[in-house]
Amino acid sequence: MSLAKSTIATIRFGYGFHGAQTPPDGRNGLLDGLDRAARTAPIFKAPSLKDRRSRIDDMIAERKRSGKGEKFQEMRKQMRRDAMRDAAQVVLQRALSPHGFYERLAGFWADHFAISGRNAGQFFTATTFEPEAIRPHLMGHFADMLVAVVRHPVMLNYLDQVSSFGPNSRAGRKRGKGLNENLAREVLELHTLGVDGPYGQRDVRELAELLTGYGVHRGFGAFRFFPQRAEPGPETVLGQSYGGDPAQASHAEDFLQDIAVHEITARHMASKLAIHFVSDQPDAGLVDRLSAVWVQSRGHLPTVYEALLDHPAAWQGPFAKVRQPMDLVAATIRAMGLQKNDLARGGRSSGLRIVRVLRDLGQPLMRPPGPDGWPEEAEAWITPQGLAARLSYAGKVGQLIAKRSDADPRKFAEAALRDALRPETAFAVGGAPDRWEGFALVLASPEFNRR
Amino acid sequence: MTGPAFSRRAFLGTACSLAASPLVTPVVFAAAPGETRLVVIILRGGMDGLGVVQPYGDAGLSSLRPSLGRRPGNGIADLDGFFGLADPFADLLPLWKAGELGFVHAVSTPYRNKRSHFDGQDFLENGGNNTDGQLTPARDGWLNRALSRIPGARADTAMAVGQDNLLLLNGDAPTGSWSPTNELSLEDDERRLLSLLYAGDPLFQKALEGAERLSGRTGDAAARETGKTLAQFTAEQLNGPSRIAAFSLGGWDTHKKQQNALLRPAKQLSEALLTLKSGLGRNWDRTAVIAMTEFGRTARENGSGGTDHGTGGAMVLAGGALRGGKVFGNWPGLGETALYQSRDLMPTDDVRRYAAWALAGTMGLDRSSLAEFVFPGVDLGSDPGIMA
Repeated sequence: MSLAKSTIATIRFGYGFHGAQTPPDGRNGLLDGLDRAARTAPIFKAPSLKDRRSRIDDMIAERKRSGKGEKFQEMRKQMRRDAMRDAAQVVLQRALSPHGFYERLAGFWADHFAISGRNAGQFFTATTFEPEAIRPHLMGHFADMLVAVVRHPVMLNYLDQVSSFGPNSRAGRKRGKGLNENLAREVLELHTLGVDGPYGQRDVRELAELLTGYGVHRGFGAFRFFPQRAEPGPETVLGQSYGGDPAQASHAEDFLQDIAVHEITARHMASKLAIHFVSDQPDAGLVDRLSAVWVQSRGHLPTVYEALLDHPAAWQGPFAKVRQPMDLVAATIRAMGLQKNDLARGGRSSGLRIVRVLRDLGQPLMRPPGPDGWPEEAEAWITPQGLAARLSYAGKVGQLIAKRSDADPRKFAEAALRDALRPETAFAVGGAPDRWEGFALVLASPEFNRR
Repeated sequence: MTGPAFSRRAFLGTACSLAASPLVTPVVFAAAPGETRLVVIILRGGMDGLGVVQPYGDAGLSSLRPSLGRRPGNGIADLDGFFGLADPFADLLPLWKAGELGFVHAVSTPYRNKRSHFDGQDFLENGGNNTDGQLTPARDGWLNRALSRIPGARADTAMAVGQDNLLLLNGDAPTGSWSPTNELSLEDDERRLLSLLYAGDPLFQKALEGAERLSGRTGDAAARETGKTLAQFTAEQLNGPSRIAAFSLGGWDTHKKQQNALLRPAKQLSEALLTLKSGLGRNWDRTAVIAMTEFGRTARENGSGGTDHGTGGAMVLAGGALRGGKVFGNWPGLGETALYQSRDLMPTDDVRRYAAWALAGTMGLDRSSLAEFVFPGVDLGSDPGIMA
């Protein structure tokens, strides 16, 4: 089956068709979209860590003043509500933006640098990470994104950098504290070289020492460099010496700038991009090409994206990937043709309870299973339990659509999938005895669940 | 709204949900695993070992815990002249008397000092050896690693039961997962429509068949996940092709008014164990259940009638394949100098060691697999004698 370029551009590199938006025609449309998106403010205003920190401060002050009384409880409840709304708005932003490729890239990088809101404070601040550390660098160099990520308080908290002290540093000696290798290890293993990369335990340790001093001002406050925590002397990572006395935040940045353009990082990231966007078993030529472009452009991301779109493998069918639940929900919102006004209160006014729906579909917001993010493989999602959850979702949303509109399910199928609609699905939808079941079958179809 | 060919039941009659998505790829081997079963229950929140299995014979208890420390007949039931079982667990006493319930006391994982639930739980399920909570490089679960060393293991040999994403069973070895709140019962017409829909996409076809098979065993979907419904489904799986199952029970984080706070998790755990026994029938004799938690709680009670995050705690053993009626472990005592950092019950043994011996006893894993691969760095020591 040969699909229209605009269909591949919309489904493989976006979140699917939206009735009120013109789909990109192919490569050029996608690249134009990136430029336009970079110049456009997001549809939903994202919270800043600074705001969040001041809300947390207010709560702490209230608790000191009158304990965990009624006012404190109300503040805490409001904080939870806001955290849920912000998390749902991440999905709504992806779904409603006319520049789907840009949003998909934001999702890709946010998952590459996965963070998790595991307790109340972390959950409340987790939604500041993508707008502050990822999105500003989507169209820049990977190195700058990497530095922003490693300096972001949400990451420093999540990967325990806040409790890492140089064993021979002033603060380390005084408080009897030592290294925490967590962030250093993940930077090498997940964020740059990859688990099979050319590094050893010694490099992990030396990088952990190089990163000492990176910390956070009071709990969830701003990034701060604490020279008294920094391990004295230079460190040797991957055979190269970095830093020295007096310790400075820029010493670790020097390393991050280098590792960002390392050829093994290039290969690791090329492979991840190809796997995420094209196939769980990507074309070797595509990976080679992206890797080479990464090295040549010194990790200039728009150049790498363009190379991805210029490769023939990016435009070959069939759709081999499975939409993760977040993509599925975004695609549903688009297929329903919903607009911002329909989706007030974190989507709840539309009847779609985004937070709950995603939990039930197995991809709770801001809660990836680990710093390695969500699994990519189709087999990880289309399990018996995973499919049962998708069928249940399709049924509920099918009813919702039937209630909201008097559309014909066959028309709905054609609009949502265009030439990706398979005859089997068209036949099953046509044979559905009731409208809502027709909608449900579209949402449950393999082509609506793939990209 | 309901049509004849595609009833609501298939799509809508269920509160279907999932949180985990381990790979399910059926792999067929020549041999099937043996007849012994293993159930691992993760007790989330930090079960207070000192509060559940109370060392009333230790003079330190009443001074550390003036309100929570009890005497037999007044809040606890005597077990062996030294330890007593807290009254909220009284339903389990018949199991104790029958030798089908035991405990290991003063155990913990190697995780120390940070006392974070999340790190502690990940660490417990990962089974690693770093005291700072760092996971093993593969970040997989020890039960998954164990599964990969069991000859004849297939995708349905081990089941993660419930919505909870169990790191314990994540990893390279294929496993199944299902929540008793799922249901997918198709009528013939519905099945025809869905098979039509999934024709030509084997991944979806296979998943649909698997979902129907798994719901077929449960009948109606459970309204909620409870100790009882999780155990019921687990028993059905273990009476079928599965030999290993795992689920989690929460609610153990008893910072306040522990006397009351323990009631709900105690009921969940008691019902889970009793339901496993009744559901497994004759297979109960060939079943070992181990329940473990991320850490114990402070030896002293706090200012709000509860306890805070600690270190040493207790492990629960149940099933006919285990030797119950006994509290295993080396008792460290509760004197000021005997406590860990002057605050927690001193862990005198590694909880992983007991899990390892349970794996050896139920699944036949050898020492080197256990000490080098499943629980890297664990000191297996000599046989603690927990198997019947």
